Amino acid sequence: MSTAGLKVGTKVITGAVRKPRLTPARIALMVVVAVFLIAVLRLVTGANDLASSGALAAAIGLAVPIGLAGLGGLWSERAGVVNIGLEGMMILGTWGAGYFGYHYGPWAGLLGAAFCGMVGGAIHAIATVTFGVDHIVSGVAINIIGLGAAKYLAARTFTGTPGGGPTQSPALQPLPSVSFPGVSSALGTLEQKQIFFVSDLAGVLRSLVTNLSVVTLIALALVLLTWWVLWRTTFGLRLRSCGESPVAAETLGVNVYRYKFIAVLVSGAMAGLGGGYLALVAANIYRDGQTGGRGFIGLAAMIFGNWRPGGLVGGAALFGYTDAIQLRGGGGTVHAMLLLLAVVLIAIGLWQLLRSHRVIQGSIAIAVGAIVAGWFFVTETVPDEFTGMTPYVATLLVLALSSQRLRMPAADGLPYRKGEGG
Amino acid sequence: MMSTNLRKLGLSLAAPVLALLVAFMVTSIVLLLAGDPVVEVWTQLLTVPRPRLVVAIINGASVYYLSAVAVAIGFRMNLFNIGVDGQYRVAAFAAAVFAGQGWLPGPLNIFVSLLIAVVAGGLWAGIAGWLRVSRGVSEVISTIMLNAIATGLVSYLLFKVADSTAGSNVTNTKILPTSSRVPGFGLIPGTPNKIYGFILLSVLVGLAYWVVLNKTRFGYDLRATGRSESAAVASGVNVKRMVLTAMLLSGAVAGLVGMPLLFGQDFSYGTTFQPGLGFTGIAIALLGRNNPVGIAFGALLWSYLEQQSNGLQINVGVSSELVFIIQGVIVLAVVIAYEVVRRAGLRMEQRNVARQLSDQPGSSTPRGAVA
Repeated sequence: MSTAGLKVGTKVITGAVRKPRLTPARIALMVVVAVFLIAVLRLVTGANDLASSGALAAAIGLAVPIGLAGLGGLWSERAGVVNIGLEGMMILGTWGAGYFGYHYGPWAGLLGAAFCGMVGGAIHAIATVTFGVDHIVSGVAINIIGLGAAKYLAARTFTGTPGGGPTQSPALQPLPSVSFPGVSSALGTLEQKQIFFVSDLAGVLRSLVTNLSVVTLIALALVLLTWWVLWRTTFGLRLRSCGESPVAAETLGVNVYRYKFIAVLVSGAMAGLGGGYLALVAANIYRDGQTGGRGFIGLAAMIFGNWRPGGLVGGAALFGYTDAIQLRGGGGTVHAMLLLLAVVLIAIGLWQLLRSHRVIQGSIAIAVGAIVAGWFFVTETVPDEFTGMTPYVATLLVLALSSQRLRMPAADGLPYRKGEGG
Repeated sequence: MMSTNLRKLGLSLAAPVLALLVAFMVTSIVLLLAGDPVVEVWTQLLTVPRPRLVVAIINGASVYYLSAVAVAIGFRMNLFNIGVDGQYRVAAFAAAVFAGQGWLPGPLNIFVSLLIAVVAGGLWAGIAGWLRVSRGVSEVISTIMLNAIATGLVSYLLFKVADSTAGSNVTNTKILPTSSRVPGFGLIPGTPNKIYGFILLSVLVGLAYWVVLNKTRFGYDLRATGRSESAAVASGVNVKRMVLTAMLLSGAVAGLVGMPLLFGQDFSYGTTFQPGLGFTGIAIALLGRNNPVGIAFGALLWSYLEQQSNGLQINVGVSSELVFIIQGVIVLAVVIAYEVVRRAGLRMEQRNVARQLSDQPGSSTPRGAVA
């Protein structure tokens, strides 16, 4: 049958690229392994906050806006438009959430956030798609405009409101959150017992069923929806073809401009939602400078995740987790992570030495691992400034070690004019 | 041909004028929509600045100029050094720590500190350059990450070496000895404020930028690589080495950005040291089209808007953050305007060629001339 033939064909291709696909089973296995590692780490170092449901809940809270920004990046970059204006669009989203949330209730605030982000996306789309301006240049300009517009509008609209002022909105109504009462408390007791591995797993599961904001659920749904739309529909195939080879897409009758435009608009809306989460869920208030560079981290999470939704979620979760641990436990918990990092680095180094015979890379990895291990045994804690740097250093390391394996859309960031191809 | 040259000049002047007009209109629309007084805002922004402000404008512009040149060096060969922001802070911190010790006598201390700043900025940018050349990491992403890392690193080290003054919560490095300060010029009458002595540094860097880029083999290679990498490779340019060198140079100039502030105003590096200069540099380099003279105008315009907007809150009751909107729109409008003008020029040229071809006897239908 043709379907069987197709399946065989796909298998061959994935085999040729030598990259295992992320099936749900594989992801579950990876999560369990990660929890196991953290359980061992907790036992060895005594840093109990490593897998507490509190820390994980905080991690989810911090991961959602990063993930939404990354999702925004994914949409536009899959259509071939680099978007470093995510930060600006996110800032616009925070103001939108503040303004509409204050006047018309939290749900309107969420829509307002998406809308304001979309306005930023529209500017980016007009500049890059219609006028063919360099994508990075336009992104830089949007970051300036977004910051200025949000501050200016905040001063204009929130001055004199009860509890608000030129730099912040009045308190916003909270959005509902969901938990599963029975499961949650049962897992809670299990977590309290501090049994090796079981309690850690309970902590992870508990954080996933307790007090989840609806926006978190919406974000998760958006990740699935994005995957489905981009990889399982004709629309998505055409959109991605614009990012891989717009000229080829044009010859097949795809209106490249329209697809790019839609992608960048969606991108802005997602980033705006990320900002909306910060204002409506994380803080219950709009505040100047609320995003704190999360748009950039979102972009990093997307690259970290190799321009794929699953990887993006992994990146966002990792950054959210390091951020949460830093905020809660501070230096002690991150200090415990050093041991894990050292072991992982040395393991990678040994693997590269013995299996792949890459002497230089292997030696470097082992040497760095040894230094990190030394750092762990000599010191008691990691200074706060260093823990704040963790996501950025992690991104840089991942890029440095695996940039050859990452593959961005082939025509990402390249200018495209209709009818001027080849 | 004379007429084409004239037209070209007209086109290249048309773009910035067009952009300023668009920025003016967009800002006015924003003001109208928000219900703010349009006329009063523009009167405030466009009044002749007082002598005190003129000094502040020139001083601000001299710092922005350095930052923009640092960015422009990268731009000329299609490298986006978003990391000037981190580079100048690392460099200013390193220089401030050294200069504050006062180990060397006055001018020598200044000179060595400048060297340290150049080396520190260069090395910090060099990380991104090395990652790009050896690991293929996009410099846009790596410099964004390095900016954040620089923030953490500098604030950590700052608290380590901080010169704790009793009764003050401002943390800074040791104050420079008086002999190592660079005196200013009292050029503007009517105010005791002085223009930074290190404005000369900006002028020198601008001259060096122009000479190196336009009058040396290296500059030629750099521009060639920026225009067409394959052509550069064909003419024997080692692109990897060019990328690394350009990044190091860009970082070295970025290292100088904080120097006028350090030696002419703050005399130490602390938590109040002016942030965000690197991002301003990106915008100004775009405004000035990477041209040393253009950048100077861009820096002055930027600084002018910033100083003039300070009075908005007090005099008109409008948030001075408005200036960010104006600045952002100007940047976007300028790049769009150049793109539109470039295309218009291209079309005009094509039409010219087509006309000339069809005027020639024997070729009534020119092939491929009309696009």
